[in-house]
Amino acid sequence: MDRRRFLTAAGLGCAAMTLPTLSFASASTEKRLVLVILRGAMDGLALAAPYADPDYARLRGELALAAPGGEGGTLPLDGTFGLHPAFETLHSLYRDGEAAVVHAVASPYRERSHFDGQDILENGGSSVGLLRDGWLNRALEPLGGSLGDERAIALAQNTPLILRGENSVMSWAPSRLPHASDSTLDRLADLYADDEFFATRLTQAMSSQEIAEGADSMQSRQRGDAAALRSAAASAARFLTTDGGPSIAVVEVGGWDTHANQGSSNGQLANRFAALDGGLLELKRELGETWSNTVVAVVTEFGRTVRVNGTRGTDHGTGTAAVLTGGAVDGGRVITDWPGLKNLHEDRDLRPTADIRSMFKAVLHDHMNLPSAFVDNEVFPDSRDARPIRDLIST
Amino acid sequence: MRNVKKEAAIAANRFGLGARPGELETIADEPRDWLLAQIETPYDASPDVARLPDSAEVFEEVQEIRAAQRRGEVDDIVEQYGRVVRRHFVQQALARYRTAAASDAPFRERLVHFWSNHFAVSADKQPLPAIAGLYENEAIRPNITGRFEDLLIAVEQHPAMLLYLDNQRSVGENSRLGQRANRLRRDQTFGLNENLAREILELHTLGVDGGYTQEDVTSFSRILTGWSIGGANERGRFSEGEPGRFEFRENIHEPGSHVVLGTTYRDDGVRQGEAVLRDLAKHRSTARFVSTKLARHLVADEPPAELVDDMVAAWMESDGELSTVYAVLIESDQPWQSMQTKYKSPNDLVISTFRAFDHVPDEGRMIVGAFDTLGQVPFRPGSPEGWPDTAEQWGGADALYKRIEWVEAVSRLVGNRVRPVELGDAVLGESFSAATRRAVSRAESVTQGMTLLLASPDFQRR
Repeated sequence: MDRRRFLTAAGLGCAAMTLPTLSFASASTEKRLVLVILRGAMDGLALAAPYADPDYARLRGELALAAPGGEGGTLPLDGTFGLHPAFETLHSLYRDGEAAVVHAVASPYRERSHFDGQDILENGGSSVGLLRDGWLNRALEPLGGSLGDERAIALAQNTPLILRGENSVMSWAPSRLPHASDSTLDRLADLYADDEFFATRLTQAMSSQEIAEGADSMQSRQRGDAAALRSAAASAARFLTTDGGPSIAVVEVGGWDTHANQGSSNGQLANRFAALDGGLLELKRELGETWSNTVVAVVTEFGRTVRVNGTRGTDHGTGTAAVLTGGAVDGGRVITDWPGLKNLHEDRDLRPTADIRSMFKAVLHDHMNLPSAFVDNEVFPDSRDARPIRDLIST
Repeated sequence: MRNVKKEAAIAANRFGLGARPGELETIADEPRDWLLAQIETPYDASPDVARLPDSAEVFEEVQEIRAAQRRGEVDDIVEQYGRVVRRHFVQQALARYRTAAASDAPFRERLVHFWSNHFAVSADKQPLPAIAGLYENEAIRPNITGRFEDLLIAVEQHPAMLLYLDNQRSVGENSRLGQRANRLRRDQTFGLNENLAREILELHTLGVDGGYTQEDVTSFSRILTGWSIGGANERGRFSEGEPGRFEFRENIHEPGSHVVLGTTYRDDGVRQGEAVLRDLAKHRSTARFVSTKLARHLVADEPPAELVDDMVAAWMESDGELSTVYAVLIESDQPWQSMQTKYKSPNDLVISTFRAFDHVPDEGRMIVGAFDTLGQVPFRPGSPEGWPDTAEQWGGADALYKRIEWVEAVSRLVGNRVRPVELGDAVLGESFSAATRRAVSRAESVTQGMTLLLASPDFQRR
């Protein structure tokens, strides 16, 4: 018995069959969204360095990146900002008008705890503990997903907060174990039938397993962070291009908390940037034609101090940068109301001039075609001041 | 009427690490006394833990490889360094899980894992993989039934924590070294790093809502300058002191009085920072933050507020005497109301599986591999916050699928040596449900019966 038939036989597929399923040709689901969460507070001033800002080189000291042109210099963006030299792929996307940098951006959070910062980035609220579910889960409501027909997937063993909530989502990560036998799974489904916690999870896992099988055998046995990220990107692309598969994927990557020996054009952070760049390349390649309908947003919980600390690193800060890329992005520009580095937030951090929710709102409304009243009131309650960024999506 | 059979199942499976066959009979009708006895017995290292080297020795060994490389005596530093670090890491993980699998005081052992997670270091930054397990043995194990302040000081002065949170080179601006560096040039290598101070306040004591400000963080980090490690030998500096041991460096310590949470602490060398820690340990916010975490771990994801209040009161009255706080929890009726209130973490699942089979592992690599697949590599939570402790955070669909794959792989190894229904009775006792018993007894093979038992909601919860 194959797994799909097993599900039906076990009675677990019933919910999926009795609920209406959206046709995949419908306009809303043609669009794809990939959200990459960089956990640990990524240094936006290293991702896109404001080399022309008169205070940048002095404040950044030995970690300052050079203007485009010289050795180890940044890659040219717009005459003020340069992209970190590790981002070869991202830079070529930028030149093709398929990538943009949003700078001096932050969530409404103004303290410096990673965990609270990530909670706010993911729950979409304006203060800690206000909302228990994730904004991307709330955004799924009009997309019509249901158990067995989930509209979103987390490339992780456990669903991160951003996707937790009422709407059913999938989670998946590669495994090194032999597959469980079908007959045992069959009996387990029976045993789980009276326990909702286990029953719903097994159902979800089974359908993910089926979609991912190809990607699993190809990618999962590679080691190392860069390979893991490439593998997650490839799996995400595979889910997003499957008939009847999800249209939203969340990928998470840790390791951005560079308190010591951060490095500049080379070093620790440069290596992570290169891994991220490799992940973006893999995503584009594996998405194929679907890339043209895709937006990829790369975000982090907050930025890092402008000055270098005593251990050649940077401490927790506030404003940072975000990246938008994908065939659907109207890119080739740095979107910012640059505050300059003369007046720092609390005399230490880049002063944020944009709310990260403005970017998310624009993506949900202009790209995913969600009604703006819904985005303003349901997905991001209490966000009136965060106006969507205009003209982010190419028409 | 108390149902002692039910309480025995809870004591062995939720407070303990999962029953070994025979354990429920040992507990018999004294489940609460069985737990209390474990925290009253003085600390005694298990043979596996006692056999491990001292963290200072390992630190020196690792430093020596680096020194040999500087002298040009090592060809492939990455290969050699990696081999040594990996050997220590696997050896320490093995000792940890052998101890957990064989322990006759599994409640005490669970507390060790709890505290080690509360005061998490993560083995993803060198040389932490070589010493993270030793940190648990040296700073946590001997201190979990005494006063919280002693545990706190032991943790914050352990080289693993100082290295993990970058404090060993945090330099006061007005310290002797800081001033000299400032005179010569603005040398960015010397300065304050507030990582340790922040995480102590946010994660180890008060909690993020515990009522401290950015100023408290900065001020506390000044007090903590000089808390370093002997023989660090960073670019030829900081080499004095006994290698791999806590070393207070007067020459980088920020002089003067500093205010934390409204209290002024006079400069008193290392005692200045210890005084702050002692006050934090007795702070009501700390009592509440830590008691809530304990109750969440031992009772339910949403711990009963009344119970937490009682624990906080006991904490404040006893100046943070941990055995008193545990006793309040054990003697309260709330933990004993329902069975299987907690979804097991991968750590719980693997240990309870070993214990169910009465198996003491002897292959360190296999253990690390299993945890890698299940998503909880030992000593590597990835952040100072440690691993999560709720069903919501562990309950991914794919994570469950991997558990099923893993328990089936384990069950295949066991072959026909066990009878699944009898094993279910022996380890789950009252928490072995009729539905699971029926499914297990109808299995088509011992392997399948074992898989169903271990994957059942009864065994996946504690």
